[in-house]
Amino acid sequence: MRAFIPDYQLITPASLAEALALLKNEPNVWKPFAGGTDLMVLLEAGKLPHHNYINIWGLGELHGIEVSSTHVTLGALITYTEVQAHPILRSEFPMLCQAASETGGLAIQNRGTLGGNIINASPAADSPPALLAYDAEIELISSGGSRWVPYHGFHTGYKQMQLGADELLARIRLPRNTEGATHYYRKVGTRKAQAISKVCLAATGRMNNGTIDDTRIALGSVAPIVVRCVQTENVLRGQKPDAETIASACDILLREVSPIDDIRSTAGYRLQVTKNLLTDFLMRLH
Amino acid sequence: MTQIEIKVNDKLHKLDVFPMARLLDVLREQLQLTGTKEGCGEGECGACTVVLDGRIVNSCLVPAAQVNGAEITTIEGVAHNDQLHAVQQAFIQHGGAQCGICTPGMVLAAVDLLKRNPQPTEVDIRNGLAGNLCRCTGYMKIFESVVRACQK
Repeated sequence: MRAFIPDYQLITPASLAEALALLKNEPNVWKPFAGGTDLMVLLEAGKLPHHNYINIWGLGELHGIEVSSTHVTLGALITYTEVQAHPILRSEFPMLCQAASETGGLAIQNRGTLGGNIINASPAADSPPALLAYDAEIELISSGGSRWVPYHGFHTGYKQMQLGADELLARIRLPRNTEGATHYYRKVGTRKAQAISKVCLAATGRMNNGTIDDTRIALGSVAPIVVRCVQTENVLRGQKPDAETIASACDILLREVSPIDDIRSTAGYRLQVTKNLLTDFLMRLH
Repeated sequence: MTQIEIKVNDKLHKLDVFPMARLLDVLREQLQLTGTKEGCGEGECGACTVVLDGRIVNSCLVPAAQVNGAEITTIEGVAHNDQLHAVQQAFIQHGGAQCGICTPGMVLAAVDLLKRNPQPTEVDIRNGLAGNLCRCTGYMKIFESVVRACQK
């Protein structure tokens, strides 16, 4: 059943400072509302439990992309469309662009934001695996200041994250160290557009004299959170990506995930596809 | 209730709205612009597509409080007086519409595509329409209509 619309508040603050003051002075009363592509779906289904929102869409500080010699820094409200259009993201962070292009359709990509994708905290979100594989950091701001934390470790359980009631996700920072790396992003869903993934793997890898010098691997839709697979990365480092290495990496990887049966897929299918995607990635390393 | 000012199809409106009211409902119920259709109501089908500040959006997923000051084009604003847009003309000539529920969204998605990319490839057209579902045509006639519209 649809929600009773008059029961919901969506206020538009005049400034970022005003938004942060609201979050601080009335903790847990207000939540941020960005592009709405997740929250409005819940609203329509009558399943949006929280009622008071701050419209952050118009806050200029949370938009935009800054490029320095070492990092690309993205405003939390950067849309999937803006991600795909940016030349440096396209050349140095292609997995993020691919994730953006495979999220929803164009109308969703024009409204959905990277920050929203993180804070909505769906384990099936498309951009977080790429952000983890690129070793992203995120900036959390409050009226008391700002702190940068690694994105890896931010999510602690299903829809749980290390975000204070007075904090807002402001920016996402990607280190520009991807030159020469293999980038592998594969979302397995029912169809190309609009689908929510059954399994999604994002990985970067770099070879040195025939062995794996460095690799970062992240998976979506196979655990309560999007997971970075550190143990698998550790067993791969320094190894030749041959059949034996791939088999043992797959064994480790399956211990780092805990897929379930749900409306989109089954645990068994997800485990098999997880192995296949890791194998495909490792066979492409050169 | 809160007051918003929006320009819809070049006409300015001041409206009292609930802040979380869906743009779709504001258009259909307050402005009687019923060309915008509701399909799924959850951003999957594209039937409620409108152009918001130059970009297509699903109007079922946009709350009224976020469109204050915005410019919106609905299907009613695509033709100029009696002159249909090339996409609309092509949909008529090549059977792009059957029951008509997906058609406003399909037309707006196609118009948006041609505006951004006047010479789209077949892949561009498929991507441009990927967010719009049709349950009648099997898509080929819609696809052909857009191909023909590009040739005008």
